[in-house]
Parts: sequence; structure tokens; C-alpha cells
Amino acid sequence: MFCEKAVELIRELHRMTDGQLPAFNEDGLRQVLQEMEALYEQNQADVNEAKAEGRAELIPSIKLRHCCLLRNQRCLTAYLYDRLLRMRALRWEYGSVLPANVRFHMCAEEVQWFSQYKKSLASFMRSLGGGEGLDLTQDMKPPKSLYIEVRCLKDHGEFEIDDGTVILLKKNSQHFLPRWKCEQLIRQGVLEHVVS
Amino acid sequence: MDTQSYLPVEPGVGMEENFLSLDDILLSHERLPIRTECRFPRLGYLERSTDAQDIPEGTKMELPLWLSKGLYEKKRRVLSVELPKVYREGWRTVFNADPNVVDLHKMGPYYYGLGSQMLHFDSPENPEIAQTLLQTFVGRFRRNMDSSQNAYNEDTSALVERLDCLEKALFASGQSGLNGFQSWEKGRASQLTASSLVLNYRKRKMADGPP
Repeated sequence: MFCEKAVELIRELHRMTDGQLPAFNEDGLRQVLQEMEALYEQNQADVNEAKAEGRAELIPSIKLRHCCLLRNQRCLTAYLYDRLLRMRALRWEYGSVLPANVRFHMCAEEVQWFSQYKKSLASFMRSLGGGEGLDLTQDMKPPKSLYIEVRCLKDHGEFEIDDGTVILLKKNSQHFLPRWKCEQLIRQGVLEHVVS
Repeated sequence: MDTQSYLPVEPGVGMEENFLSLDDILLSHERLPIRTECRFPRLGYLERSTDAQDIPEGTKMELPLWLSKGLYEKKRRVLSVELPKVYREGWRTVFNADPNVVDLHKMGPYYYGLGSQMLHFDSPENPEIAQTLLQTFVGRFRRNMDSSQNAYNEDTSALVERLDCLEKALFASGQSGLNGFQSWEKGRASQLTASSLVLNYRKRKMADGPP
């Protein structure tokens, strides 16, 4: 039966329910496009024959192949779109710099899309608050205090805060830092918010 | 509650499918028993039981839902679709008697979804099928909601294994609400947490790390 490869692509994404981005299946995509080309050519030949010799009984087969073409198109579009949704989630969860192992899973066009999305988001955020800008990726939970206690979960090197002091983030060290500086690192799992 | 950043396209409601929904694509991949009402020249290789070049009229075979929907025409000149067992008279009486007893995961994981799609094929039993689908959902809903709202921090596999996909999604969202409420009660709502997406990436990185 046709369109099995296309559904395999969908299953690959559907398996990752938490929103992770699997490697770009370039091979799979190529196979689906090849199947579409073969179906299209068979249909072209049949349509020409049906018109030239008036063979209307070829029409059900033409219709069937056309349904397969539409199905492949649907699967490919949904595959690419779902990957975009996952990449968008990465911008909000990880921040604007993605770790290398994630970037390897994106194809060239997807990397380009991601940088365009980052730019759109940044210019939108800059335009809020009467030209002053508002960072929408901060304060995902309503803040309770200006400063928070954090513990370092792994070595992250030196960290500079607004008044110029440099803090060394070594594993298991605890610090009392401004909330807005730490939020990004907490979300990335480098620091841990300690609640007493 | 951990805010979700990845928001996939949801499955369609009732007889509609969402074009980009992964769930709807997988649902429409399910196979249905059909009977061809006309000849399909040059496609004999799709029907593996014969070596004929064409698929003759009157062949009984199985086609996926998406193809059946695409080819189906009201005047039945192309194909006629048989109802799968689960939606026929026999099983319908079982569902009407006691919907809670049935293992909907075994009856095809997409019981409600596929049932709603079957209504496209103009079967004379459509009103009864629609009625049974609705009543089954209503009958099972109370128990599902109850268990999803009260199973906190326990192994829910026994509760979830007999649910179909729609019910599983509802169960999951009930659990997420319950966990959010519980963490609020404990005063953890204001605690900043690492993103679950980031943690999952790290787990996977460790899992396929250096051999």
C-alpha cells in the first residue's frame, strides 16, 4: 500500500510526546518525494491515455493515485510543521543559544527558520512597553521576591551580576542572587532554586 | 504547573479531522474492510491475493481510512465500506449495557475517533452508531475523571490501560491539573524549576553518550 513511509515519519515524531526534536529524517523525506513523483508520472500517463482514447474506466485508478499524492503531501506538511512547533518550544525553554546536540538534529532550512524566529521575537519584545522593551521569557511564574537563594548543580564558571561583582559558580555552592539574572540558568538546570 | 511550550496541533472534534494533527493522521491510517464497486485498472499489485493486473469489481479487501474517505462517493459507484465489528449491532448492545466494562484500548485504540469518521460513509445505522459513541463516552467519563483527579503520586498504568486515546489525553490533563494543584498547596508554585524539556534532553544525552 502506498504512503507507508510518510506515516513512518509521523510515527517517529508522535513517539516523542515531550516535545523533543528528533534528527531530521532527510532520507525518509526523499523517499516520500520519490514515491510522489512516481505516482504523478503514472497518473499523467493514464490521464493522457484516458483523454486520447476516451478510456473512462482508468479514472478510478487515477483517483486512487491522486488520493495517495494528497496523503503524502499531508504527512510531509504535518511532519515539517510539527518540527517547527518543537523548535519554537526550544526557544522558550532553552533560550536563544541552543546546545550543539540539538542543533545537529535540525536541517539547514530549520536553522534558518530558528534564527528568523529569534529575530522576530526579539524585535517584538523590544517594541513592548512604549519602546523600552519587555522580556517575555522571564517571570514565567509570578515572582515572590527580588532576590532568591540558589544552589549550583554543576560548574558553570564565572558569573557577573549588575553591580559588577563576579561570582564563581562551582558545584554545590550556594548564593543569594537577583531573580532576573538566575531565571534562565535555573530553567536550563544549571542552578537550583532553594526554597526554605 | 510547568508551562507547556510545545503545543502540538490537536485532533479534530467529531467528524472533522485537523489536517496537520499527528493524531488524526495516525487515526486515519487504520484499516477498514471494503468492497470495490468498480474495476481499478493497473492496480492489481495492491491486492496481493491475486496476480491480476487490475482489481476487479466486487473485491473484498482492506483499505486505510484516508483512502476509503478519498474514494467514497454517495452513489456508491466506487466502493462500499463495511462497519468494523466494534461499531456493529452486537458490540453496540454490549456498550449500551455497561460501557465501563469494555477495554477500549483493545477495541482499536481510536474507538471514538474512528467511530466518528465512520459516520462519513452513510451507513443506515449512523444514528445508532452516533448514539452509542456518545453514551459510551458519557458512561465512562465519571469513572475516568474520578480516577484522574484522585490518583496522586501512584502508578496509574492499571487505570490507563483500558482507555482509548481520547480518554488517555483527558486523563493526562486531569493528572497535570492535580499535580499543579498539589504543588500549589505545598507552596511549591513559586519555586522556579528547570524546564522538563531541558531535563529530558539531558537524560537522552546521557543515555546515548560515549559507549
